[in-house]
Amino acid sequence: MTLHGVILFHTTSSVLRAEKRLIKEGFATRLVPTPRQFSSDCGIALRFDWNDHERITSMLGEEKVEFDAIHFLDANPV
Amino acid sequence: MIYLDQAATSWPKPPEVLKAMTDVLENAGGNPGRSGHRLSIAAARIIYDTREEISRFFGVSDPLRVIFTGNATHAINLALKGILKPGDHVITSSMEHNAVMRPLRNLEKRGIRLSIVQCASNGTLDAKDIGRMVASDTRLVVMAHASNVVGTLLPVAEVAAIVHQAGALLLVDVAQTAGIIPMDMTAMGIDLLAFTGHKELQGPPGIGGLVIADHIDIAQIDPLICGGTGSRSESEEQPDDLPDKFESGTANLAGIAGLGAGLRWLKDRGIEEICAHLKTLSRMLIDGLSAFPEVKIYGTLDPARSIAVVSFTVAGRHVSEIGFRLDEEYGVLSRVGLHCAPAAHKTIGSFPEGTVRLAPGVFTTTEDIRLAIRAIGRVIRS
Repeated sequence: MTLHGVILFHTTSSVLRAEKRLIKEGFATRLVPTPRQFSSDCGIALRFDWNDHERITSMLGEEKVEFDAIHFLDANPV
Repeated sequence: MIYLDQAATSWPKPPEVLKAMTDVLENAGGNPGRSGHRLSIAAARIIYDTREEISRFFGVSDPLRVIFTGNATHAINLALKGILKPGDHVITSSMEHNAVMRPLRNLEKRGIRLSIVQCASNGTLDAKDIGRMVASDTRLVVMAHASNVVGTLLPVAEVAAIVHQAGALLLVDVAQTAGIIPMDMTAMGIDLLAFTGHKELQGPPGIGGLVIADHIDIAQIDPLICGGTGSRSESEEQPDDLPDKFESGTANLAGIAGLGAGLRWLKDRGIEEICAHLKTLSRMLIDGLSAFPEVKIYGTLDPARSIAVVSFTVAGRHVSEIGFRLDEEYGVLSRVGLHCAPAAHKTIGSFPEGTVRLAPGVFTTTEDIRLAIRAIGRVIRS
């Protein structure tokens, strides 16, 4: 089973901007509704393969892509 | 019919623009940024992609610095009312549209000091005259890129150098020039750029925007409208994030999709070619009208120093009669009167009667201009 992580952003525009950059780098991503356990924001977050999380975190940092937080996405949240 | 009122709004629109608008409502009809389902995401993507195209079009690197508004007037109000505080000094030109003049007069009543630089009777502005008016409290200079009455281009880059030396900001209204003159905000020194979608950008009415240069600190701009953004929904305070800080309420999705299609259409067509075509038409109009001794043409009469907007009056005749007869008898559509720019008409000496304005566009042909001039000749001789 693929384990996923999720990146939260403050705005829809930031999610889409980050998604484009991650896709360009070849990462598999998917836009999902923002998980309620992490945020009260409306809208969407960026889901990714947790195996990529270190590479993605360093890429976001290097390219100064603004984001709110990165979380491990438990398949069976309480 | 010969439509020569492109400076008011462009018509017809490219079929691609209409198709993009119906497509988005049929296939991507969710509320962007509010929900997480596929229709909402599809809508958000169209808006983001258009933001990106606009940022490239005007030469800013961050697409989030493109703020969508209803039109250029809304964008100008956002910039002026968001930045200017009581005690600030603002400078503008005497060729401005009421989209600039009215918010400035409104701000004047709230303690902002306004100076208006007098332009020459052909609409030209000497950048040094701006320099003479700059003071220590000058916060902003606002000006059109080109006059909507006579088409005269104002020296934006020269003014930018003076404005920046004084530590002030430059806001430019490109309603008349975007889409017909290649534009790079960074090269021109524009800090804030207000555009509208429905003129030569080929989009529909109801969509425009403010583009904020990459180096401008947005903390100095207050939002004009506050409300729901889909972001930071736990808070009752307006968020500081771009573009949400300035974009409350549901976006004009169909308008944005149409504008995006307009920009792509322009790119395919080539702005340089459009610019050259309009110069040819402008030259034909000026030369054709000059042949009538009773006609007075306003502006520089030089297509190199103006866009294709030609204003004229006829000795002893009302402009309203000329415009009405051109429409009724020859199907030539012009715009007569003051063109929402009383200051500009005072500057060129045509206030309060106004002028007949002819503004060809990308779809206007040389044959259209030839027929229009013949029609004008017949109207003024009978």
